[in-house]
Amino acid sequence: MAKAASTSSSSASTFKEFLRRAMRHRLLMMGTGIILLLVLVALLGAQLAPYDPNMMDFAVRFAAPSFEHPFGTDEFGRDVFTRVLHGAAVSVRVAFIAVLISGTIGVLLGALAGFYGGWIDEIIMRFMDILFAFPAVLLAITVMAILGRGVGNAMIAIAIVYIPIFARVARGAVLSVRGRDFVTAARALGRGNGRIIFQHILPNALGPILVQTSLSLAFAILAEAALSFFGLGTQPPDPSWGRMLSEGRAFLRQAWWMGVFPGLAIMLSVMGFNFFGDGLRDVLDPRMKTRT
Amino acid sequence: MNLNYLLRRLVTLLLVLFGVSLLTFAIVPLVPGSPARIRLGIQATPETVAALETQLGLDRPLPTQYLDWISGIVLRFDFGSSLITDRPVTGEVARRLPATLQLALVALLIGLAIALPAGILAALKPGSFQDVTAMVFSQLGVSVPDFWMGILLIVLFAEVLGWLPSSGFVSITEGILPWLRHIVLPAMTAGLISGAIMTRFVRSAMLEVLGQDYIRTARAKGLHERRIINKHALRNASISIATIVGLQMATLLSAIVVVEIIFAWPGLGSLALSATLQRDYPMLQASVLLFATAFAVVNLLTDLSYALLDPSVSYG
Repeated sequence: MAKAASTSSSSASTFKEFLRRAMRHRLLMMGTGIILLLVLVALLGAQLAPYDPNMMDFAVRFAAPSFEHPFGTDEFGRDVFTRVLHGAAVSVRVAFIAVLISGTIGVLLGALAGFYGGWIDEIIMRFMDILFAFPAVLLAITVMAILGRGVGNAMIAIAIVYIPIFARVARGAVLSVRGRDFVTAARALGRGNGRIIFQHILPNALGPILVQTSLSLAFAILAEAALSFFGLGTQPPDPSWGRMLSEGRAFLRQAWWMGVFPGLAIMLSVMGFNFFGDGLRDVLDPRMKTRT
Repeated sequence: MNLNYLLRRLVTLLLVLFGVSLLTFAIVPLVPGSPARIRLGIQATPETVAALETQLGLDRPLPTQYLDWISGIVLRFDFGSSLITDRPVTGEVARRLPATLQLALVALLIGLAIALPAGILAALKPGSFQDVTAMVFSQLGVSVPDFWMGILLIVLFAEVLGWLPSSGFVSITEGILPWLRHIVLPAMTAGLISGAIMTRFVRSAMLEVLGQDYIRTARAKGLHERRIINKHALRNASISIATIVGLQMATLLSAIVVVEIIFAWPGLGSLALSATLQRDYPMLQASVLLFATAFAVVNLLTDLSYALLDPSVSYG
């Protein structure tokens, strides 16, 4: 017990040191800010929105951005600002669930492969290689072809695409800590493999996994938008940024706002997760600093 | 790089391709409904559907079907017939392959034309205005949705300015200029994005080389800065840059799928989506299989070139 207490106090000071460095990192802080804003909008957007997302008002079709309609209106007179706010919830939900699924499965597979090595490693990683051999978008489209359209299936498709990346990151991280003294010590104490993996190895491999999680969230938002844009993901009339872009595409000449604001929303969200992931990598591993 | 490593990688490639073919084959048994039903439509009687299933060999055990399917592809490049038009898939694929290859190549060239100067200039003066500009551009390129950028380029250059066609493909045999006018927007979309990603890698490869002792020695020796960059830095950075190009080819292929769809480019990527929407599974299988094969081969070549170019990396 005394040992546990001393570890936690030393890890607390490491955590403080980490926070200090994190607070000074501009990119990381910007990413954190954007992500917080996005999550806030996703949670409260429906309450904040001035209109009903599906309410059609033909008196104000194609209205330019104004005080009443900050982002203008679409071909049915629906308020674009409201639909962008509602779209945040769709994007965030799909991205988080998809990454949760792929992260859980990928990390588990990668940890098993890295920890046991041998034929378990071979089988798991060769299977990951096979999934990795498909271009991301094409794999997602193929999975959608099998499962059928819909936002739930889009989550599964996106999750499958990113499993091999998580597996590789987790395997690499596990390999790098597997031979360290604290793992040997845990083994010498007679700890079971499951406990060694979950209590000793994975917590120490958390950094790279967190970085990958953030970068994958960025990809997942892009992928959801793309699948919905192709008509495979979110189905009408639900507002989703990708759908709004595909609906607005035909009217961009007379109503640029229909295509610009949903696109900006996607870009800003993706940027937030990219900033956060890159910043986190810098802070966790100062040697890999990209800025000089 | 030893022969052992090369052989092992080739065996791995074959295993991966075998797995890819299994997964691609599995599309048809996994989707609900029978391909025969898709081809005949909903009015067809169960008897005619069953007859067509027998004719297509769909009533045989799956392993037999797989062997038949894969041997047709490997031996005769025969992917079966479209469920929609009933015409051979191979002809359609062969018609579309050149369009995809041309687009990928031009996009890669555009990407390099952006990334090499931008990355090198950024690395020469870290923290300077040119560095920050290059990094902001890179970050924007990584975050911008490719399909959105495609739409914006279409609106600007095709609809508002009217300088370029918004979609379609013209063969190069019909004249360089019409070909160029059609390919420039889709290739720009994919090229800008992959250029943005590559800029980062070129910059860090350059930075790494510029921090080496021999650069300091060259400077101490009083060599002209231009000569240091051209003769010492660029030449050494080119190893990692070559690897980046290979890795980017793989990412680029993924972007190409999206760009083809946006610009109605008659390649394999747009074929995959239209086949999915029409439930034309043999067509989907062919485009997926070809893309994945190209992807796996490019990945292998990248790894091999890395092992070849960098003698300090040894592979057991």
